[in-house]
Parts: sequence; structure tokens; C-alpha cells
Amino acid sequence: MGEEKVELKITIPKSLYDKIKEEADNAGFTDIEEFIRFVLEQLVESGETGEELSPEDEEKVKERLRALGYID
Amino acid sequence: MIPRPHGGRLVNRVLTGKRREALLREAEELPSIEISYERLIDLMDIAHGAFSPLEGFMVQEDYLHVLYDMRLSNDLPWTIPVVLDVDPEEISGVKEGDDLALKYNGEIVAVMRIEEIYGWDKKEYARQVYKTTDKNHPGVAKTYNRKELLVGGEIDLLREPSHPLENRILWPIETRVLFREKKWRTIVAFQTRNVPHRGHEYVQKAALTFTDGLLIHPLIGWKKPGDYRDEVIFAAYEALIKYYYPKDVVVLAGLLMNMNYAGPREAIHHAIVRKNFGATHFIVGRDHAGVGDYYGPYEAWEIFDEFPDLGITPLFIREAFYCKKCGGMVNEKICPHSEEYRVKISGTKIRRMIREGKIPPEYMMRPEVARVILSFKDPFVH
Ligand SMILES: [Zn+2]
Repeated sequence: MGEEKVELKITIPKSLYDKIKEEADNAGFTDIEEFIRFVLEQLVESGETGEELSPEDEEKVKERLRALGYID
Repeated sequence: MIPRPHGGRLVNRVLTGKRREALLREAEELPSIEISYERLIDLMDIAHGAFSPLEGFMVQEDYLHVLYDMRLSNDLPWTIPVVLDVDPEEISGVKEGDDLALKYNGEIVAVMRIEEIYGWDKKEYARQVYKTTDKNHPGVAKTYNRKELLVGGEIDLLREPSHPLENRILWPIETRVLFREKKWRTIVAFQTRNVPHRGHEYVQKAALTFTDGLLIHPLIGWKKPGDYRDEVIFAAYEALIKYYYPKDVVVLAGLLMNMNYAGPREAIHHAIVRKNFGATHFIVGRDHAGVGDYYGPYEAWEIFDEFPDLGITPLFIREAFYCKKCGGMVNEKICPHSEEYRVKISGTKIRRMIREGKIPPEYMMRPEVARVILSFKDPFVH
């Protein structure tokens, strides 16, 4: 499970840091890094489905859904 | 938006076509072990991505992280170990790095690449996962009956034994495609092992008021005597949906998965799995996945505080009851009246009436649902 990690050093305004820190605390994150990672993941990955599905496979799935009466 | 699978990618370890044929031939020559029905179910959940991001049975590092931190070694939330237990004699001839064929009823179902063979402390497992070492707890009893060693490593599924209810079972890729076809953006999932009474209907509809769709997701798997049979649960829900739900807001699909009765930990597990099926919200019941009085009534709610990064939103909806003053189904949060006006809906009471061949009163169960249940010669497991 252990994926390779890179270390990233960024500089942000203190006011932004304070806001992020407050958000992270409110959302129940234990540390600010975990929160930033989570937010970035959400941002980058939105719009992607995370499924590896060829058009042929998708058609197969739909065929079964049709056969079972889930779609017309 | 349909959420991305847990860990970002939907796992698919079901081999097909030429690769499957080749590996099946190879597997004939491999050392093999026989696995139980419950491990077969785990295997299918892994291969079909219900347990994404797991690609196989856990190695020790993940196992220990899950046991003590409720997270995988990469920090992703995961609360129930998914491990394969073996007898030392069974695997005396194999070592780490070898391939092992897994058989069910004598037939090869999968191949596993053995990454690690390790020991485990079952009592410690029970203490951490079930919060008790009492062997009267059904999950603990099962743990104590498991074998002495664990093997971890990735699997490839080669064969799936047919299941009497296979036409009721959908896998994550199927529900995901289905939700997209229906253009649902928010989907609330409901876990059940029961026939629906008015309390269940209330909770589902309370959630559905705010989401595009509802996934009614009965758990299919091992049952204890006295439970409703799976066919009965499906038929009862079909009646409820037909007569009491609008068209095109509900998907009823079976989930082939083991039940552990691990209370709060299992509530998190259930939520993660539903995220993999594409749900955005998950209804967590009072004493969710609990048994006896091993867990506090709201422990399964409180544990969600520890997982702000779960990626699926839990909905904590209080148990519904009928209030004579309110004149309808309500819950504690919205009804100010005292106990004398409240009529609790008891699953035990309904079960007794069904056993006696009686239709429960309408405030407990829809008559159409009750009639369907009673139409079965024997609705219960023995
Ligand atoms: Zn009231």
C-alpha cells in the first residue's frame, strides 16, 4: 500500500494559514497537512470517476442492467 | 457527484478472456488450499472492487494498522481487517513469493501471490475489533474458530460459484454506471438484513427528501436461525417500492458481504463499501451492526468523528415511532410528546405476528408488505 511520497515546501500568507488551520480544526482533522492533502485530492480528482471502463465493458454492464430490469 | 472509490480507483481483479484461461491452466499445477464460504465472499468483494483499495488479503503492516489505528498503512480509513487464515500444515510446502491456488468446494476460484505469512493474536483481534473477548459475541466466536496463520497478498479471481440470488446482486461498477444513467448526483445508501417496517420506510424517506436517489442494499450472506430469508426480504421490499415509493428514485440491489457484528467499526466499514458502490450518503442506524449490548446505542455514530476524510457523508437518523399526538411517524428529535403517546415499532413483535400468520397493524407494517411475507410458506431461516 505504501506509495512513494514527495516532500513539498510552499510559502503561504499567515492569514491564509490561519484560515486553513481553523477549517481543518472545525472539520476534525488532526493536523493541517492531512487537511491540505485531502482538499487537494478532492480538487484534482473531481470529474474523474476512478473507474477503468472501456466502452465495450460499459456496454456489457448496461446489458446486464437492462436484462435485470434496472434500465430500459 | 458520484464519489471516487475509496483510495481513488475502483479495483478490478476479476480475470476474463485469455488471461483467465492461461492462469486457470497454471493454477492446476500450483499448491492449493480450500477456503471457507466466508473467505470466498471476501475474495469476491475484493475482486469486484467493493473493498477498494484492497487488491488482496492484508499483509501484516496493513493488518496491524487497521487493528490499532483503524487505517491502512497509507493512512486511508479502514476498520475491519480482511485476512485469510490458514493452518500451518496446509501451507507447509509454500513460502513467501509463491503463488497459491484458492479452492472452494474443490474447484479453483482464485490465485494468490503470497507476499507474507504471519501469525496473529486472535484475542487481541477480538479486543480491538469487537471491543470484547467474550466468545458469546458471534463475531468473536467466529474469530476464535479461525486458523492459526494469516497469508497476505494480491488475488486474481478466476471463477465465481453461482449464487441462488445472483440476479439480485450488483457490483460497484454496475451501480456506478446505473447511477450515471439515472443522472443521480446524490445517492443515499441503506444497509439492511430485515424486511421493511414503517420505521425503516420513514428513515429512508427522510433521507430521500434530500437526495436524488436511494440505494436499498440488503446484505446477502450467512444468516442466523430466525432471520428472514433473503428472497423474503427482496419480495417485501419490492412490494414496498411498488406501492409506496415514487417511480425511479429507488434501486434495490443485493450486496454479497460478510456480517461481523462489530458495531461502530462495522458502521465505518459499511460506509466505505457504500462509497465504492457510488453512494454519497449513508444512513447509520442506532446501534448499527451491533449485537446484544456490547456497544452503546450511539457509539456507531460517535466513531464517525474520527474519520473526517471518509469521503461519504453519514446520516444519523433517529429511530422512528408512531406518535398519537403528532398523528404520524416521527422521531425523538421532532416529537415533544411523552412516552404514553408513542408507539414503538418492534421488529420482535412483528416477527411474532408473522410467525402466527397474522398481519401486523398498519402503523407497524404496510399490509401489502405483510401479505407478501405471509405468502411464503416459511419466511425464516432455520
Ligand atoms: Zn409527538
